[in-house]
Amino acid sequence: MSPRAVAERSAQLGLELIAVCDHNSAENAAAAIRAGRRYGVEVIPGMEITSREEAHLLGLFPSVDAALEVQEVIHGALPWENDPDKFGQQIVADDQDNVEAFNPRLLLGATTLSVEEVVGLIRRAEGLAIASHIDRGEYSIISQLGFLPPTLRLDALEVSYVLGLRRGREIYGKYGLPLVCSSDAHAPEEIGRGGLQIECAAAGFKELRLALAGESGRRIVAPE
Amino acid sequence: MVALKHIIDELGLKVYCCRDTLDRPIIGGYSGDLLSDVMAHSHAGEIWITIQTHPNIIAVASLKELGAILLANGRAPLPETLEKAEMERISVLGSPLPAFELAARLSRLF
Repeated sequence: MSPRAVAERSAQLGLELIAVCDHNSAENAAAAIRAGRRYGVEVIPGMEITSREEAHLLGLFPSVDAALEVQEVIHGALPWENDPDKFGQQIVADDQDNVEAFNPRLLLGATTLSVEEVVGLIRRAEGLAIASHIDRGEYSIISQLGFLPPTLRLDALEVSYVLGLRRGREIYGKYGLPLVCSSDAHAPEEIGRGGLQIECAAAGFKELRLALAGESGRRIVAPE
Repeated sequence: MVALKHIIDELGLKVYCCRDTLDRPIIGGYSGDLLSDVMAHSHAGEIWITIQTHPNIIAVASLKELGAILLANGRAPLPETLEKAEMERISVLGSPLPAFELAARLSRLF
């Protein structure tokens, strides 16, 4: 998925705010933001980080710099090299879909960091830490660790688009954390299959943070 | 049933904690690294082979009343995991062998 294709498809669907969260990488975030600007789509730089327990955690960041700071630690904690013949090239693109570089680390691998360490990293960068697709039977914090560690300081839980927010609330409301739903798109045609309506003043990271916390009149409006 | 102490001697396991609970009887074993699966399918009194070292393994073992946790592939428990294990009185053992080999050797004892 190229930054331009993501922005174009999102604009076609009428999405105003998206988060780009490559696996263990934020290298395409800046290009996605620039491409988004051309199509009128606000882009939050993010990353889907794999912990040593093989649980996926989303980090959404207030700036590209914050995302890249976290990325540096994440890349240092990825022990495997990519084999392009087996896994394909991991492309770093610019906002016009030109290939700029290839990432040599195996980005789909697990980092050596525990879920606590990953959440700590995201929070120190003033990001939002969200447990990915907690209803899924693989790579979710609940599938890997049985239940949410009670001391983990998450900002929200993500349920998959398959489950949806309403069912998600019935099952995971007990954790007392905000729930979000997103497309988890790995291909352009998957963009928009899940999402949120947010009552806020403008599309952006700060407003999303307020909406998750339910502060200043901002809130998540579930797609009913 | 096999005494945990006997298993430790036969397989040459390292004991990380709770030496005073080693006379516990073990009824069988379960192997798995997805804690949700272990919660669903393990039984009380089994020895659990895993490579997960997160503190949640102690909560799962306690909830399911498992006989002991056996960490494979030379994985060592995190300090906070051991702390919890002491509190819950769950024996945490270790071996450099992979789970397949441990399960094969264990099954010969039952």
